[in-house]
Order: sequence, then structure tokens, then C-alpha cells
Amino acid sequence: MTEPVTQSAGRLTVFLVDDHAMFRAGVRAELGQHVEVVGEASTVAEAISRIGAIQPDVVLLDVHMPDGGGRAVLESIRRTHPQVKFLALSVSDAAEDVIGLIRAGARGYVTKTISPDELAAAVRRVADGDAVFSPRLAGFVLDAFASRPDVPVADPELDQLTNREREVLRLLARGYAYKEIAKELYISIKTVETHVSNVLRKLQMSNRYELSRWAADRRLV
Amino acid sequence: MTTAAAPPQPRRLYRPREHRIVAGVASGLARHLGVPVIAVRISLVVLLGFNALGLLLYAAYWAVLPQEARNDEQHTRRDFAALVPFAAIGLGVVLLQALVFGDQVATTVGWMIAVVAVGAGVIWHQSDPSRREQWTDANGKSGWMAAIVGETDRRSFMLRFVGGGVLVSIGVIGVVAIYSPAGSLSSVLNGMIFALVGLLGVGVVVAPLVWRTFGQLRAEREGRIREQERAEVAAMIHDQVLHTLALIQRNSADIKEVQRLARGQERSLRNWLYKPTASPTERFSAALEQAAAEVEDTYAISVEAVVVGDTQCDERVAALVAAAREALVNAARHAGVQTVSLYAEVEPDELSVFVRDRGAGFELSGVAETRHGVRGSIIGRMQRHGGRAEIRSGVGNGTEVRLTLPVSRESVTAGKESAR
Repeated sequence: MTEPVTQSAGRLTVFLVDDHAMFRAGVRAELGQHVEVVGEASTVAEAISRIGAIQPDVVLLDVHMPDGGGRAVLESIRRTHPQVKFLALSVSDAAEDVIGLIRAGARGYVTKTISPDELAAAVRRVADGDAVFSPRLAGFVLDAFASRPDVPVADPELDQLTNREREVLRLLARGYAYKEIAKELYISIKTVETHVSNVLRKLQMSNRYELSRWAADRRLV
Repeated sequence: MTTAAAPPQPRRLYRPREHRIVAGVASGLARHLGVPVIAVRISLVVLLGFNALGLLLYAAYWAVLPQEARNDEQHTRRDFAALVPFAAIGLGVVLLQALVFGDQVATTVGWMIAVVAVGAGVIWHQSDPSRREQWTDANGKSGWMAAIVGETDRRSFMLRFVGGGVLVSIGVIGVVAIYSPAGSLSSVLNGMIFALVGLLGVGVVVAPLVWRTFGQLRAEREGRIREQERAEVAAMIHDQVLHTLALIQRNSADIKEVQRLARGQERSLRNWLYKPTASPTERFSAALEQAAAEVEDTYAISVEAVVVGDTQCDERVAALVAAAREALVNAARHAGVQTVSLYAEVEPDELSVFVRDRGAGFELSGVAETRHGVRGSIIGRMQRHGGRAEIRSGVGNGTEVRLTLPVSRESVTAGKESAR
């Protein structure tokens, strides 16, 4: 076992998984000022073995790769090293990619057009155990959970978003920062983060019925 | 069977190197006369019945006709397997001739064997894959001959296959019926069973060939589809991506222009990859995204558009989209930012659109009376269509424009009345 998460003295350790060497080099150069990039991998197999050995705080994960893509890495590592956190970094913002990665256990999802500062902030937030929601992701979640007025749900607490969570998501989708949401709703930033994390948890834990409905709506099955 | 449609070409009687079975006499004649080669072959085979006239003619032509000059493009592979059906048909014809004109083969068994031979010949000819191209490249032809010999589709193939099978089975039934004790029903039944067994045998022999034919057809079609898809991707990349890259190289000093080009290209690729296309005149989300794209292209900013849900476009929805577009344009022109958020949500009772930027902001009361952008195009337009516009802004705090439009009551009540 490595040391517990208290790496406040040292810097955040980040691992890059992407099959494009150019992109890895770019991210490494940009992120290098803020965090410590401890390794990179270009294939699924390489990523799985090296992440297991290094155990970084955060893995920046590409979604589309040969041999199963980011999802394969995520599922394999989460089984053996649940403390490693994942932030998906993809050029795709298709709904099925985003929701699929979140369902597999990523703590956030950002697209590759993100600015370096925003990316560094996102990495830090993920490392702190928070969730990173882009406006687009919030829109997808609302889309997935919304517009079902009269569906009898077996376990409403698990499946339904509360009104407050919906409000938070809506503000996120409108382009508000966490701080601004807190001000708008007269709650603390911490509460906003809790709501967002709850949404993420619900997204991963929704029951089979929910999943199959979601997939059917998008013609994934 | 005319060749009037064909371009005039010098006709010389010769034996071609391609499409030949033995020496190319039949296909040479066919080309010269402008008739399908199968007709010539069948005529020759039938003429065989008249004291081997067909064979004599063939030999004579073979001796007399010059062979076509060698040409690299043509493959000269000779296909002896294709001779078998004609041999079988010829055998049948000779037998028939013997039955009609001479009495060497006395019984009807001869007839039946002749029928079997002709049927088997038809089947064999059908199931030979290499014959296929020969008929397909004679695609200009039509008429009764094409209906029988043209390799147009699977149905006609089956038709001919079954036809051959019926000939064979009739022959077999006949033979059996003659040799079994006459008069009893069971003998006919036996004959049927024998016929079935005979058909089964033919099937076992021919099945691999038929299977191979279908396999080839399938592989060919799949290859064609793959090739088409690749061509489509290549065309798209050529038309869009390469041109954009060239423009970016040429404008590399102008950062704004480069960003505009890259953004436009990214959006079009994204749509191409992930989005089912919807007409902006019909769907709310498509219309909004189109408006956002126009603003992106015109003002070189990026619009983060998120649309939850979708609905049909009507006049009022179009007004909402137009107001949202005006808000986007205002943000692009006055806020001085690179990114504007656009969020729209379709709820059961209302549509709402939010346009937000983190730019300069302004005091609404400070806008001159003469400026009509906000008052006329946004607030006024929304009011005219029964909606509401709210603008929250402060100097330095960015701007948010909130547009809401209740879902039309009239359409709901109208629906109820018609249902009554």
C-alpha cells in the first residue's frame, strides 16, 4: 500500500491514458505546472498494468481507444484499486459515451476542447472526491431523467432526482459555476457539491429498469 | 431482338478469346448476329439433333473463322465445366432425334432419359458461378431471352433452378412409372418417392455450387457497401477537413480566423459523427443549434449549446428561437467573451431558453431608447407571442437572458374539442 491520500505536501499525481502521443505531450506540458504527471500509456493493457503499479491520484482517461477503450481500463482498475479516481477526457461528447463512462465509475467527464486552467481545476476537484459536471453533461443527465411524468418507479428515492438536484443540474447546464449556483440558491458550495455527487451516485446505481429505458430511448439496444 | 440502341461498331466475324467454352465459335457468331450467345449455343445443340448438323457447323466455323487478336486485358481462361450442360442437353437432343427419326431406342424410357438430361443440363448451367459475369455484362438486353437466361436476380435464378428440377423429376417419375407394375396407385407413389430421392441427389451434387454462388454474391455486395462507405468518408474529409486545414495554414497569422475555421469544422464533423440530422424548420432543438452555429460562424465565438428535450416547431417556437438568436448575437457583440452558454429545456407546460455570458454586462436602464435590439427583438417579440423575457445583467457580472414560452393552450383545447 502506498501512503494514504494526504499528499498535501507533495503534488497531485496524474496518469495519462490516450492513444495519441501528440495529445499526451500537449496535456503533459499544460498540466505539468499544476500537477505531477507520473506516467502515461497508449493502450488499454499498458494502462492497466502501469496504473496498478503506480497508483496515481487521478487518471485522465481517453474514451475511444482500440481494445475496449477507456471503459475497459476503468472497469479493470476499479476492481483492484478503488481509490484511484478517473476523469474522462474525450473528443466525443455523444450522450452514450458520457453516460456510459459515468456509469462505469468515472468521477467526471470533460471534452478535449477544455482550456488548460479548467482542466487543472477539474483534476483537482476530482482528486478531492468531487464530481466534475460540464454543462453538456448536466444536460444529458436532465435529459435522461426528465420527461417521465407518470412512470411508476419501484424505488423513487434511488431513481428520481430530487427537485433540488434538478435545480442544481439546470443551473449547471445554464453555465453557472458552483459558486454562482450556491449564491443563486442560497446554499453553501459544499451543499452544491453534495447534490452533484448524489446525482452521480444515482446515475451509477440506477436499477435495471432505468438503464434499459434509457438505452431504449436512445436506440442503444 | 435488335441492336439499334447499340453504338455502331465495325462487325467482323471472328472468334473472341473471352467468354468461350470450347473455341469461341458460338460467342463469335452471337456477337456478329447481335443475339444472346446462349441462343446460338442452344441452336447449335438443337441442330445436333439433325444428324449432328450442329457439330458439323461448329467444326466448319472453327476451321474458317479467324481468332481475335490477343489482348492483354482479356483473360483467356477456357471454361470446360461450362461444356457439361451443353453436352447434357446435346445428349438429350440426340436421343430425341433417335426416337423421332430412328427406332434404335425403342421405348419411352429414352424419352425420359432425354428429359432428365436436358433438365440436368439446365441446372448445371445455372449453378456454375463463372457463367454469371457473362450474363451480367450483357445488361443492355431485354426481352424473352433475358427473362430466361438473364442473371437479374435471385428469384429468376430460383425459377430456372426449379424448372430444371421439375424436368428431371418428371423424367425420373416417367422411368419409374414405366418399369413398375402398371395400374396401381402405389407404383405412382413409389415413382414420386424415387423422384424425390433423385431430386435430393441432384440437390446434394449441386448444393455446394449454389452455395458458392450465393456466397460470392454476398461477398461482392458487402465489398461494394464497404467501398461506398469508405468513398463517402473520403469525400467528406476531402470536401471539408482538407479545405479547412488549407485555409487554416493560409490564415495562420490571424488567430480569430483560425479559431472560427476550426470551430466550424469541429461542429460539422461532430454533427456528421454523432447527430441524426433533423430539419431546423421542424424541430426546436435543431433550429436552436442552427442559430447557435450561425452565431459561432459569424462572430468567431463558441456557443455551448445544451438542449434538453425536443418539440415540434411552430410560429411561436420559431419566435422563441429568433429571440434566443438575438440574445446570442448581443452576447457575441457586446460581452467581449469567447464562450456563451445556451441552455434550453422543453417541459410539459413551457419552453425555456437561457443565454448566459460572463462578459462585460450592462445596465438595462442605461440602454438608449433608440436601441431596438433588446426591447424589440427580445422582450417585444416574446410578449407578442405570449411569452416572457427577463434580462439579468450587471456591469462586470455578465448577462443572462431568460426566455420562457408557455406551451400553446389553444392547441390543447382544440385537441380536446375535436376529441369530444
